[in-house]
Amino acid sequence: MSMATATIQTVERENYLNKEYGVGSWLFTTDHKRIALLYLISITFFFFIGGFFALLIRLELLTPAGDLVQADTYNKLFTMHGMVMVFFFLIPSIPAVLGNFLVPMMIGAKDLAFPRINLLSWYLYIIGGVMMMHCVLTGGVDTGWTFYTPFSTAFTNTKIVEAGLSIFVAGFSSILTGLNFVVTIHRMRAPGMTWSRLPLFIWAHYATSIIQILGTPVIAITIVLVAVERTLHLGIFDPKLGGDPLLFQHLFWFYSHPAVYIMILPSMGVVTEIIACFARKRIFGYSFVAFSSIAIAVFGFLVWAHHMFVAGISLYSALIFSLLSYAVAVPSAVKVFNWTATLYKGSIHYDAPMLYAFGFIGLFTMGGLTGLFLAALGIDVHVTDTYFVIAHFHYIMVGGALMGYLGGLHFWWPKISGRLYPESWARLAALIVFLGFNLTFFPQFVLGYLGMPRRYFHYPQEFQVLNVLSTAGATVLGVGYLLPMIYFLWSMRYGKPAPDNPWNAAGLEWMTSSPPTTFNFETEPVVTWEAYNYDELDKPRREEVKVVG
Amino acid sequence: MSDSTLIGLHHQEEHHPELLHHFAEAQQQRDAASLGMWIFLGTEVMFFGGLFCAYLIYRRAYFGDFGAASKSINATLGATNTAVLICSSLTVVLAVWAAQTARRSLLLISLVITMLLGLVFLGIKADEYKDKFEEHHVPGASFSFDHVPIPGHPDQYANPRHAEIFFALYFIMTGLHALHMIIGLGLFAWLLFMAWKGHFTPEYHTPIEIGGLYWHFVDIVWIYLFPLLYLIDRHP
Repeated sequence: MSMATATIQTVERENYLNKEYGVGSWLFTTDHKRIALLYLISITFFFFIGGFFALLIRLELLTPAGDLVQADTYNKLFTMHGMVMVFFFLIPSIPAVLGNFLVPMMIGAKDLAFPRINLLSWYLYIIGGVMMMHCVLTGGVDTGWTFYTPFSTAFTNTKIVEAGLSIFVAGFSSILTGLNFVVTIHRMRAPGMTWSRLPLFIWAHYATSIIQILGTPVIAITIVLVAVERTLHLGIFDPKLGGDPLLFQHLFWFYSHPAVYIMILPSMGVVTEIIACFARKRIFGYSFVAFSSIAIAVFGFLVWAHHMFVAGISLYSALIFSLLSYAVAVPSAVKVFNWTATLYKGSIHYDAPMLYAFGFIGLFTMGGLTGLFLAALGIDVHVTDTYFVIAHFHYIMVGGALMGYLGGLHFWWPKISGRLYPESWARLAALIVFLGFNLTFFPQFVLGYLGMPRRYFHYPQEFQVLNVLSTAGATVLGVGYLLPMIYFLWSMRYGKPAPDNPWNAAGLEWMTSSPPTTFNFETEPVVTWEAYNYDELDKPRREEVKVVG
Repeated sequence: MSDSTLIGLHHQEEHHPELLHHFAEAQQQRDAASLGMWIFLGTEVMFFGGLFCAYLIYRRAYFGDFGAASKSINATLGATNTAVLICSSLTVVLAVWAAQTARRSLLLISLVITMLLGLVFLGIKADEYKDKFEEHHVPGASFSFDHVPIPGHPDQYANPRHAEIFFALYFIMTGLHALHMIIGLGLFAWLLFMAWKGHFTPEYHTPIEIGGLYWHFVDIVWIYLFPLLYLIDRHP
C-alpha cells in the first residue's frame, strides 16, 4: 500500500462517487459513504435554517426595545433555533456525516453492519426534518426547545404535537445510527484491528452510540406522554390535574443532558485524530483518552438534575447532582491534558484542521470551566436562565462540537471528495470563525453575570453595548461559516485532485484511494501496527533529512 | 479468530445466497444480526423504562387511588393473558429449535400457534378495553370515577383525578405493549411465509432467532405490566 508516493492518475479511477450516476443511485444507495454525503447535504440545509433564526434573534437584540419582531415571534425564533440546531444539526452532525463515512473505513470494513438500516435512518431523519419544516412554516412553536410542561401541554396554542413527533421520528434515526455503529465496531473489525489499536475517533463514536441507544428512547416516550396529555387533556405532567411537572423535567433532561455528550464526544474524537496527525506524534496516554470517552458517557447519564437546581428538587439530591457534575469534568480534563501533552515536543503543522483543533481546545476548556460554575449550587442560583448559561453551552456546542465538525470536514475532505480545498482560504476561515465566535459569545458571559435573562426580546439600556458586540460577532461568525461552504463547493470542481494520503496521516482510511472505491479497500486489510504510528511513518523522511544534512 | 480460519470460512460459505457482500463469513453476519437485536431491545427497555418510572412515582404518591383504580380492572383476564403469552414464548422456542434441526412442519406449526396465541392475547385485551370504555374509565371528557372506595379504607373515596392518571398510564402502557404485539404478529407472518417457502435451514435461520428474541421481549414487558397494573393492594 503506497503512502505519500501515490501518483495522481490522469484517467480517473473508479470510486464511490463516479461508479453510478443518477438520482436513484443516490436515493437508494446502501453505501455508507454516499449516505454520509446525503446527510452532509441535509444537515447543512438545517444548519443554515437554524442559523437564519439565530441571525434574526441577534438582530432583534441589537437594540434594547423590542422593535424588529413581536414578543410572540421572538419566542418562536429562539424555540425553532434551538430545536433545529439541536435535533437536526448538532445531534446528527459528526456521527451521521463523518462517522458514517469513516467508522467502517477506520476499522477496515466494507460497510456498516446494517447498510439498509443506515439508509432507513437517513429517511427517518428526512421525514422528521420535513415535519419540522412544515411545523416551522405553518406557525412554529414558542415554548423553548425544552417544551416544559404544563405550558407546552395546557397553555400554548402552537404546534407542540407536530414538533414533538418530528423529534420523535428523528430520534429513531439517531438510535439506528448508534445501533449500527456499536454492532459494526464489535463485529466488523479487520483482522488484527484489536480494541487497543482502534483510532480514538472510533472509541468516541462508540461512547456516543451508547448514549444515543440508551438516552434517545427516554425522550421518545416523554414526547409521547406530552402529545397524549396535550391531545386528550390528561394530567400526567399538569399539576392542576394531579400530575408532576418535575417528572417531565427529569425525563426530559435524562436524555437532553447526555445529548450534549452526543454532540461533544464525536468532536473530541475528531480533534484527537487531527492533533496526532499535525503534531506527528502518537497520542499521549491512548488508553486514558479511550476510557475517558466511556467515562463521559457513563457519568453523563448521572448529572441531568443540575438543570433543575432552581426547580424545587430536594437540597440533598441537588448536592449529589452537583458533585456528580463535577465528576464529569474529570474525564473531560483528562482529554484536554492528554492533547496538550501530545503537542509537547511535537512537530506542529498549522494547517486548517489543526487551527480548528486548537480552537476546539481553547473554547471547549472555556465552556467546560464555566460549566463548573453552573454545577456549583450557589452560583447556579445566581446565573440560572441568564445569558451566562447561553454563553456556556454555546462554547460547548458551537465552540466545541461545531469547531470539531468543521476541523474534521477539512481534514477528511480530500478523502471524501477526492479534491484538495484551498488551504489559505481555509486558514483564514478558521481564524474568522474563532474570532467571530468569541466576539459573539464572550460578551454573553458578562451579560449573564450582570443579570440579563435569556428568552426576552427586550432588555435595559445598559446592556446594549455588549449586545451590539455580540451581534457584530455573530455577523463575523456567519461569514466564517459561509466561506467553507463556498470553497468546498468550489473545490469539488476546481480543486486539485487529492493524493491518497495528503497529510501523510496514520489510519486505514488513508491507505485506500481518494475517493475510496465502493467497498473501501481493494483487499481486506490486515492490521499489524498500533494506532498513530507516526514515529514509523516519519522514519524514512527523518533518515532522508539526515543523509542530505 | 486467526486469518487462516477466516479465509477458509470465507471460501466455504462464499456462495451462500443469504451472505451479504460486506460480511466475510456467515458466522459474522449471524453475530451482527443477533447483537443488533439485543441492542434494539436495550433501547426498548429504556423506552418502556420511562413509562415504568412515571408509573412508579405516581403509584407511590397516590397509592390508595391507584389501588382503587387497579381493582376495577379484571385481574382474571390479565392472568389469563399472562398464561397465554408464556405459552407463546414456549412455542417460539420450539420454532427456533425446529429451524435449527430442520423440522419444517414443527417450525410451521409453532409459528402458527404463536401467532394464534398472540391474537388471543389481543382479543382478550380488546375485551378489557371494551369494559373500561363502558365503565367510563377511559381518560378524557367522559371519564368518571366517583365514590369508589380506597381498598382497606372503606370510608375514603379515591380522588378521580389521580385515578385518571392511573388509567392514562394503564392505556398508554398496555396500548404500547399491544402495538408491539401487532408489530410482532406482522413480523411472524413474514417469518411464516419465509418458512413456508423453505427459506430457513440449520445454516441460515437468523430471522427466526432474532424474531424470537423480539417476541420474548414483548412477553417480558407484559410479565412486568401484569403485577404492576393489576395486582396493587389486591386482597380479598
